[in-house]
Amino acid sequence: MSDKPKFAMYWAASCGGCEIAVLNIHEKILDVDANFDVVFWPVAMDAKYKDVEAMEDGSILLTLFNGGIRNDENAHIAKLLRRKSKLLVAFGSCANEGCIPGLANLSPVEDIVNTAFHTISTDNPNGIHPQISYKMPEGEIRIPTILPRLKTLDQVVDVDYYMPGCPPESHQIAAVIDLVVQVLQGKAELPPKGAVIGAGNSTVCDECQRKRNVKTINSFNRIFGQAIDPELCLLEQGIPCNGIATRSGCNARCPTAGAQCIGCYGPAEGVVDYGARLISGFASVINSKDPKEIDTILDGIPDPTGQFYRFNLAGSLLKAGAPAWKKNGG
Amino acid sequence: MEKIGVYVCHCGTNIAGVVNVEEVRDWTAKNLKDHGVVISRDYKFMCSSLGQELIEQDIKEQGLTRVVVAACSPHLHEATFRKACGRAGMNPYMCELVSIREQASWVHTDKVAATQKSKAILSGGVRRVEYHTALEPLKVSIHPDTMVVGGGIAGIQAALEIADAGFHVYLVEREPSIGGHMAQFDKTFPTLDCSACILTPKMVDVGSHPNITLLTWSEVTKVDGYVGNFTVTVKKKASYVNNDTCTGCGICWEKCPKKVVDNVYEAGMGIRKAIYRPFPQAVPKYPVMDVDTCIYFEKGTCKACEKFCPTEPNSINFEQKDEFLDIPVGNIILATGYDAFDPHRIPQYGYGRLPNVFTSLEFERLCNAAGPTGGNILLRDGKTAPKVVGIVHCVGSRDKNYNEGCSAICCMQSLKFAHLVHERTGAEVYNFYIDIRTPGKSYDEFYQRLLEEGTHFVRGKVAEISDAVRLPGEEGKLVIQVEDTLTGNQLRVPVDMAILSVGLEPRADAKEVAKLFGISCSANGWFTERHPKLDPVATMTDGIYIAGCVQGPKDIPASVAQGAATAARVLGKIQQKEIALEPVRASVLEEKCSGCRICNDLCPFNAILFHEDKMVSEINAALCQGCGTCVAACPAGAISGTGFSNEQVLAQIEGLLLLNISEDAVPA
Amino acid sequence: MTNNKPFEPVIIGFTCNWCSYRAADLAGTSRTKYAPNIRLLRLMCSGRLDPTFVFKALANGADGVMITGCHPGECHYLEQNYKALRRFQLMRRTLEGLGVDPRRVKLVWASAAEGAKFAQEVTSFVEEVRALGPLNWGAGENGRVAEYQSTPQEALA
Repeated sequence: MSDKPKFAMYWAASCGGCEIAVLNIHEKILDVDANFDVVFWPVAMDAKYKDVEAMEDGSILLTLFNGGIRNDENAHIAKLLRRKSKLLVAFGSCANEGCIPGLANLSPVEDIVNTAFHTISTDNPNGIHPQISYKMPEGEIRIPTILPRLKTLDQVVDVDYYMPGCPPESHQIAAVIDLVVQVLQGKAELPPKGAVIGAGNSTVCDECQRKRNVKTINSFNRIFGQAIDPELCLLEQGIPCNGIATRSGCNARCPTAGAQCIGCYGPAEGVVDYGARLISGFASVINSKDPKEIDTILDGIPDPTGQFYRFNLAGSLLKAGAPAWKKNGG
Repeated sequence: MEKIGVYVCHCGTNIAGVVNVEEVRDWTAKNLKDHGVVISRDYKFMCSSLGQELIEQDIKEQGLTRVVVAACSPHLHEATFRKACGRAGMNPYMCELVSIREQASWVHTDKVAATQKSKAILSGGVRRVEYHTALEPLKVSIHPDTMVVGGGIAGIQAALEIADAGFHVYLVEREPSIGGHMAQFDKTFPTLDCSACILTPKMVDVGSHPNITLLTWSEVTKVDGYVGNFTVTVKKKASYVNNDTCTGCGICWEKCPKKVVDNVYEAGMGIRKAIYRPFPQAVPKYPVMDVDTCIYFEKGTCKACEKFCPTEPNSINFEQKDEFLDIPVGNIILATGYDAFDPHRIPQYGYGRLPNVFTSLEFERLCNAAGPTGGNILLRDGKTAPKVVGIVHCVGSRDKNYNEGCSAICCMQSLKFAHLVHERTGAEVYNFYIDIRTPGKSYDEFYQRLLEEGTHFVRGKVAEISDAVRLPGEEGKLVIQVEDTLTGNQLRVPVDMAILSVGLEPRADAKEVAKLFGISCSANGWFTERHPKLDPVATMTDGIYIAGCVQGPKDIPASVAQGAATAARVLGKIQQKEIALEPVRASVLEEKCSGCRICNDLCPFNAILFHEDKMVSEINAALCQGCGTCVAACPAGAISGTGFSNEQVLAQIEGLLLLNISEDAVPA
Repeated sequence: MTNNKPFEPVIIGFTCNWCSYRAADLAGTSRTKYAPNIRLLRLMCSGRLDPTFVFKALANGADGVMITGCHPGECHYLEQNYKALRRFQLMRRTLEGLGVDPRRVKLVWASAAEGAKFAQEVTSFVEEVRALGPLNWGAGENGRVAEYQSTPQEALA
């Protein structure tokens, strides 16, 4: 054991993209190694939960926690790492706001499990259905219990910093690591607790180079099947670009490449409900006063829930769809 | 931690008769302690001076930082309690008034439910008040000049009152002369004084008044700014006449070879020339060129007017261009009047098809000594005097198909016509009416006089006017088909002349004008007053007033009264020199604004401007009216609004829902 | 539910300062009775209505939300109620996607003169929501969101 500060990273309900993004910082990863003692990072090294349990509380300086809390194992490790860490960072969209796994909050758990095991897309000739526990001659074995709904990290434990993105941009990760190293060297100070780090305060439009005019929307269109003006704001071309409400920090990657922003950096500073911002922003500038015509224009957004809450459902005010609440009880 | 004082008013028995005030007081003290409530009191009449002193005393002695009063509607006593707090040294905007009278005791009979609801309302107020911020009213200076738009009698009256008081007025009129509809009339009811005799002196006063800048043949194209500080852009249309040298001698229009039917002043009954002055007493006296009909503008040759103009230098100038003037004013009075209903829209009345069906305006010109027949009431042939005249009331008024409202002036106008026909031709007159409405001073006396004069009154809505002969005696006549609803008989009344007493409608462009000036109008287009009873000449937009028929149909005395009333209001504002605006305003936090421009088109008051250089939007606080639409729309959450911030509203929602009705006793 | 009393829906009503709030005032001064289930919140204009407010009300236990404003064409701020209309339509679609019966959110125009209409609209909306049953998203102590959010404390304990 060295006397370097300890670093941990963990993935809960997530895809693994966040870990790749960390590796994508290239040689900066050496700074991590040079300045930290990596004590727990299941993707990168071998360590057991009991090793972490054995550590002193607060002994890990920095933990990057990615993934939402979908099962009791996720919750257990979140609480464990909270206890052991001085600084717990909700790292990436899943931990911040639920992200794609959070969209499962539209459905009750049994529907999710049925879809996974018993629909036509699953090859399951024996109709195997997972059980939480199973008695074997050697004793009872257990798999983690899926929770009624996915929660964001801060809905389960106290979080020190938030680092959004699906995944966070590598240059932002590098900048945050730089900052922490500087703090360690006494050259910088930590931002106030609860701050969003590795992102801007404004929205994607701030970094988007497309030209924009006074906005009115006459129709919503899909990105394909029409000629897209490479210079003009996508929303002004009827493409439902979420950049207007999405936190800056990604250098407007998607709109720059000609695809609409889908909102992976989450809401801007201080925003209570991300989807509400988009609903209000889009709808306010629809160019019609006639309810029927407005409806026709809105037909251009066939899945409003997906459009507005693709990344933010679990972190939104309503947090889940009604079926998920109803069938699973409190 | 805030120290919040809560005061629950009994309002005598108005509240306490239904809401258990003591229970609300105690519940608040106990349950909202954690939200900062340190005092919870009840009192018989909070708005009384003793009630107010109670609050003031607590602020001073207990060091309250916020006050919530649960009493009546904020529209009634918000100002009262804010002032009380202000007197005790607290910022007045730290006070919140919640209504448990209009919203609970007066609308619910169930005492338990009303009490529970009062607790919820109060807890909403307590949660909200925590997020109140100290605000200062916005002070703006008042530019002493005024613009009056519309030179009819209402606008003339307003302009003269203000100018006589010593302040400058710009009077804008789109026709070549001021005077409006009143200048077209012959006589005015019920006194039958000559319209021109009483109007033209006022017109001359306007034309020569040192404090009035008269801008005829002009239209407002743009309005910027806000109360006290408007900038109005006026388009002075090219008249092709140099008014500095023109003497109004009249040779140009005498020599002009182009005759044009005058659809405005003469209501289509007379002709004018391409260069014209609408009537001899016109103010100003200068003619204007109608480029749509002028031969030179059509064919490139003629210029008769220029050739014959006797002035030196020549007053005709074909090179003249439209001029745009930016005029700073503090207040604006809109007196743009009305349009007469076009009876072509009721084909069964035959107007336009049957020559001897006249509109009321046409008849006014017919009676007028300066009109096309020299004041002789003659049929369309210009020769024959009618022997029988039918006057149809309520044409286009009180009719679901056209205008549901009463036009207010048509009964009296029709009675006036009946009298004039009688007096001048001796013809028999029939008035076809739905109801006779004569509520003005000396109006009903005039009606009685007509009854004595032998005018026939038939109560019924005219079904049809036709020239189809069905009975003997109808040959060559117009037949008015009507049910006499007093006797239940169908009548066919043959007449020589039918006069359609057409109703008053909002100007065809009323809605665009309302939008231009940033005021609201009713669905049909009458401009909306601030309060129908207590503030009939102000609008919801500070600094913009309405006078005359633009607000709704009315007669001359009422128009004059409104014109004078707007002047009084404007003079009051000018005298204040500086006024305080409600500080409920939106603002953009520059570092959060991404310049997405969603908000740019949302403000009807043009308070939002976009800085291309910095790529951020900014709100002009003085222009902002505080509606909050941009606050709600900003996708970045970069716009915040005072008085109704997100924090205030969200906390109030939490407060309102603190108490779940299902969990408490609410007997059905 | 902790008792056997009939379901009493809780409605949050958003009013605009110039028309619908005054309609509510007029209902009051005219002593027009309506169901006590609504709790009103005053905004300056229906254009101030942020969909966040509606979601917040539902998440905090309201069974329905009534949004009111001046009639189209009569907005004190000229046409901001049209913006409220557009947001309302998109918000309803989004709520439907979340499985919330869109009938729980209603838009009502009421002028300052329509106290009786306002009262009648409230009463009929209360009955409509009563028929839909409790939404129970986060009502009171037993609410679902309340439970959902209570986890951090237990985790930190």
